[in-house]
Amino acid sequence: MIVASNLSKRYPGGYEALGDVSFAIEAGQMVFITGHSGAGKTTLVKLVASIERPTAGSLVVNGQNLSALRRSAIPYVRRHLGLIFQDQKLLFDRSALDNVLLPLQIAGMPRREAVRRAQAALDKVGLLAREKARPIALSGGEQQRLAIARAVVNRPTILIADEPTGNLDAESAGDILELFADFNRVGVTVVVATHDQNWIERYRPNVLRLDHGRLVA
Amino acid sequence: MSAWFAQHRAALAAALRRLWSTPLNTLLSLLVIGIALTLPGFGYVALDNLRDLGNSATGVQQISLFMNLDASRKDVGEIENRLRQAATGKWHFVPKEEALKRMQASEGMAEIVASLPRNPLPDAFVIEPTNGEPEALEILRKEIAGWPKVAHVQLDSAWVKRFDAFLRLARLALWMLAAIFAAGLVAVTFNTIRLQVMAQAAEIEVARMIGATDAFIRRPFYYYGALQGALGGLLAAGLVFAALHLLGEPVGNLAALYGSSFALREPGPVEVAALAALGAFLGWIGAQLSVSLSLRKFD
Repeated sequence: MIVASNLSKRYPGGYEALGDVSFAIEAGQMVFITGHSGAGKTTLVKLVASIERPTAGSLVVNGQNLSALRRSAIPYVRRHLGLIFQDQKLLFDRSALDNVLLPLQIAGMPRREAVRRAQAALDKVGLLAREKARPIALSGGEQQRLAIARAVVNRPTILIADEPTGNLDAESAGDILELFADFNRVGVTVVVATHDQNWIERYRPNVLRLDHGRLVA
Repeated sequence: MSAWFAQHRAALAAALRRLWSTPLNTLLSLLVIGIALTLPGFGYVALDNLRDLGNSATGVQQISLFMNLDASRKDVGEIENRLRQAATGKWHFVPKEEALKRMQASEGMAEIVASLPRNPLPDAFVIEPTNGEPEALEILRKEIAGWPKVAHVQLDSAWVKRFDAFLRLARLALWMLAAIFAAGLVAVTFNTIRLQVMAQAAEIEVARMIGATDAFIRRPFYYYGALQGALGGLLAAGLVFAALHLLGEPVGNLAALYGSSFALREPGPVEVAALAALGAFLGWIGAQLSVSLSLRKFD
């Protein structure tokens, strides 16, 4: 569950990326955040992931008020989130499997169980056959699916994606959307920032539309 | 608890992998650290050996107490009383008649002694203090010099004092040298870790993003710094052994010329372990400083 009340983010220098935004995303919902470039989509995603801190208002994720969070508590909040970025932030010096293993290693899971879980996640996104491949050898769509496997391997309650299909052709983008819908069906809250109109039409009315940092719908 | 162990083992493995994956860099860093630790390490061993040499050469410390020529039996008795009270160790009295007799016994001295109109020698005491420390000897000498009818007190081993002062000076110089090289070691580790952090920037950023704690990110670097320092310490120990080995025979020959069986003492396992531990500790400090500074830009 994600609840924003009068949420604002002003960057040093006075630029207001988000102003007085309030909304509530219920557990198990699938919600799209849309708007033009610079409307504040990425800022909102960064606030939910505790990469940035709000300058005013409150943001409660899974019952934790992120504006009052200690710095040392941030890692534990992030472990309950699955984060997916437009540039997937994969590690190119290791195999697909090792990329997916990273969150489990961070959580301190024993190796054998971690490998089993990581393989299950790779299987879910259709990349099990390529577990030994380096990310550089994967196509754009495959790389994004690998990033999704890494995001879900920890079984997060919330999946947040920032423009996950920005660099993909329509078919690959469709695959990604189907994956998100699958995770949502098993109860994961899914929040996707995108300007892909097809998705937005399909998932109305679960759409938050931002315009110059203000919520308009 | 097992998760904690697993994470430490993983961090150690990661550190070893990183050391191994850049062999040339690792080798150069180890050489720098090894040489930096060799100089103070060798100095320590050399001083240790010098001290051994000093102790074996000094043997028993003696203080000679000479009475005034006009001192009477009663004065001698007074000194005996005082020596007994001071309980400073063993002592014996050498009356002037006996001293003269001994002198006559020496080769070539008999005639000279016979030509003397009267005995020019004073009564004397030879004291062997139990406490051989140079400071204690000096205090005792001053005290005895203030006693009545005492003409002169001579510390028969003034050179021991000088040698001790020299050792103390050398030890101080060694400490300063060690401090300088320790700072150098910290600086070397600081730099290698900084480069490591830069090389791992992508991994650090991703790990942060998916919930890694600071400790998780720092741990491999700490292990890296400590391992590098420990290996450098072992290398330094190896270099010290090599130097001692090369010096062993010439030193033995030299000692033989002076009729001594002095042999260089090599550092024991405890000292080797201490050198490795010192290297590890300094490497850990360097890593700590470096990681704290380098990771700031990831916040």
